[in-house]
Amino acid sequence: MSAVELLPECQPPVDTGLLRFLTCGSVDDGKSTLIGRLLFDTKTILADTLSAIARTSERRGLEAVDLSLLTDGLQAEREQGITIDVAYRYFTTGTRKYIIADAPGHEQYTRNMVTAASTASLAIILIDARKGLLTQTRRHSYLAHLMEIPHLVVAINKMDLVGHAEDVFDRIRSDYLAFARQLGIAEATFIPLSALNGDMVVDRGDAMAWYEGPTLLELLESVPTVFSETDQRFRFPVQYVCRPQRADDPVLHDFRGFMGRIESGEIHRGDEVLVLPAGIKSHVKDIHLLDQSLPSAIAGQSVTLLLENEIDVSRGDMIVRPQESALVTRQIEAMVCWLSETPLDPQRKYVIRQTTRLSKAAISSIDFRVDINSLEQMPADHLAMNDIARVSFRLAQPLCVDAYSRNRATGAFIVIDDTTNNTVAAGMIL
Amino acid sequence: MSSQALSHRPAALSHLDWLEAESIYILREVAGQCANPALLFSGGKDSIVLLRLAEKAFRPGRFPFPLLHIDTGHNYPEVIEFRDRRARELSERLIVRSLEDSMRRGTIVLKAADESRNKHQSITLLEAIEEFGFDCCIGGARRDEEKARAKERIFSFRDEFGQWDPKNQRPELWDLYNARVHKGENIRAFPISNWTELDVWQYIEREKLDLPSIYFAHRRPIVRRNGLLQPITALTPARTDDVVEELMVRFRTVGDIPCTAPVESAADTTAKIILETAETTITERGATRLDDQTSEASMEQRKKEGYF
Repeated sequence: MSAVELLPECQPPVDTGLLRFLTCGSVDDGKSTLIGRLLFDTKTILADTLSAIARTSERRGLEAVDLSLLTDGLQAEREQGITIDVAYRYFTTGTRKYIIADAPGHEQYTRNMVTAASTASLAIILIDARKGLLTQTRRHSYLAHLMEIPHLVVAINKMDLVGHAEDVFDRIRSDYLAFARQLGIAEATFIPLSALNGDMVVDRGDAMAWYEGPTLLELLESVPTVFSETDQRFRFPVQYVCRPQRADDPVLHDFRGFMGRIESGEIHRGDEVLVLPAGIKSHVKDIHLLDQSLPSAIAGQSVTLLLENEIDVSRGDMIVRPQESALVTRQIEAMVCWLSETPLDPQRKYVIRQTTRLSKAAISSIDFRVDINSLEQMPADHLAMNDIARVSFRLAQPLCVDAYSRNRATGAFIVIDDTTNNTVAAGMIL
Repeated sequence: MSSQALSHRPAALSHLDWLEAESIYILREVAGQCANPALLFSGGKDSIVLLRLAEKAFRPGRFPFPLLHIDTGHNYPEVIEFRDRRARELSERLIVRSLEDSMRRGTIVLKAADESRNKHQSITLLEAIEEFGFDCCIGGARRDEEKARAKERIFSFRDEFGQWDPKNQRPELWDLYNARVHKGENIRAFPISNWTELDVWQYIEREKLDLPSIYFAHRRPIVRRNGLLQPITALTPARTDDVVEELMVRFRTVGDIPCTAPVESAADTTAKIILETAETTITERGATRLDDQTSEASMEQRKKEGYF
């Protein structure tokens, strides 16, 4: 730590960061074609990949190159002609990098979509213009809302098959808004498009001059990327404690750095902090990123915090500010999505992992199960794969939590079966 | 309910800052959750980036894992020299286990003396995992490299035979990784899963990272075979009817000599490589990996058998 430097003030002016989004839709909505179109029109598909899918298209007797083949990943899927797992795709426009979570449909849909949604800042819900709102549109919208994805885009696709008619678009939009209100969805953006021809995806095309809003890519380029953009409260779950204990170096001999990523808010040198769950106060002595000493750091940065006092902090603790503390609790209520083929057994104990913390957990009650198609609340005494339910847990160790609707990082948890070590459920704290 | 609400706000972190912070977070999760991890370091660009991220994750402390290289014995000498030098500069422990040891033990049997050794690395890797009792191997694989990798988890579970079962992977939500394993099982952790080849080069440029010289344009005797460039080396000599040319080339990946092909290039600096990468028309593996062309599903097959 001899060469301590200040962080350069300037970011490259053209870089507007990274946006993660997911696409929801079934085989027939043209979801794979839309992703293929985005990759193709942003010149992400390279020549050898394109010639490989051209060969496959030809072998299958197709007239044009099938862009949806780009997103068919694994051998097992190709054999069955279906996609079974979330796949991640990448493209860049030069100003922004994108990660697409491609969640396939079919019987494991809920599980896949919840997984894909967990890291997404934006969801594209595809509607076939010929069909309008379907049960699945409702399901996708409910899950997007449940997972608190900040931005919702309703892409009304296959406009080429309805004569690019504005009134079709308007009717679907007002239908959607009516039921979105029932769900409590506050905001959505509507775009008419043809993934097949590329209209309103990257290029505007000539077919829908009546539409004056942004193309899909223009929208993606302008949406805020910040993950926990609504929560300004400082949240720093400690991942690892660095204690070099180097006898030969007086600076490092007593060095004690608390390493982690700032999940929300920001922190400045000199700020007063509170360490949870113990409730001990201290001040930030310094913020390190390798050999740089930073005056402040913001959400998303992985840093090392040095505190004024020698206090006992370990992995699993959370550093916050005293005036905006998190709830320390041994009892949580949550919406849970069951992910495992082995059903939930209310008699059993499970392990919960939330931020960097672990606790044994028992089921206090299953309050209700949500019918994903009718959105009705049903009584339940166990949960099977893809079920969504409200569940209350008792915990052996206290957790430091916020409501998931305010903070995705401190409000989310996974449930682990400690006999198999599998991840069996995802939870959103109420 | 309109696009008005989605007005532009400047992003807090650049895409490289975001990727770096995520990778540091993943490395620290490995250190926090695993008892005995190792970092796979080959001297290739992706693992060089991993070492830089490990410095950012753990300095001023030592890395909480040794570096492990599975040496095919068919590596370019520049890369091996680089590997040893980098480990020395970092004062970190480097473990090398070689395919030739496995061949002597009889656990690897080659069908032909000159066949690619790339696919056999899995066996030596599994033997090293068993020898040292590693519960996690950190690798530099990226999801953009190949179709089978697009669905790979960041923490990928392997059974005691090192097998990857694409139909039975643990769900991975938010940044809540689950590295719990029973004895004998292990995790492969991929901190740069979300990086692309271009991101890697941009990061190398930004951090001014040193690379083995063969990544940059240099003259080399080459034979053109099946649309790929085959370097003429002691391991891969010219055949009698070959037309050998002296070409300016660089390597986009560095692996086993017989299965790694360079590309024609005059890019002799990282900045020029970034320009070429941004404009390139052939995928990294398509251009350079003779072993991935065998079948469309070849990477998936190797991964199921324990390849990283």
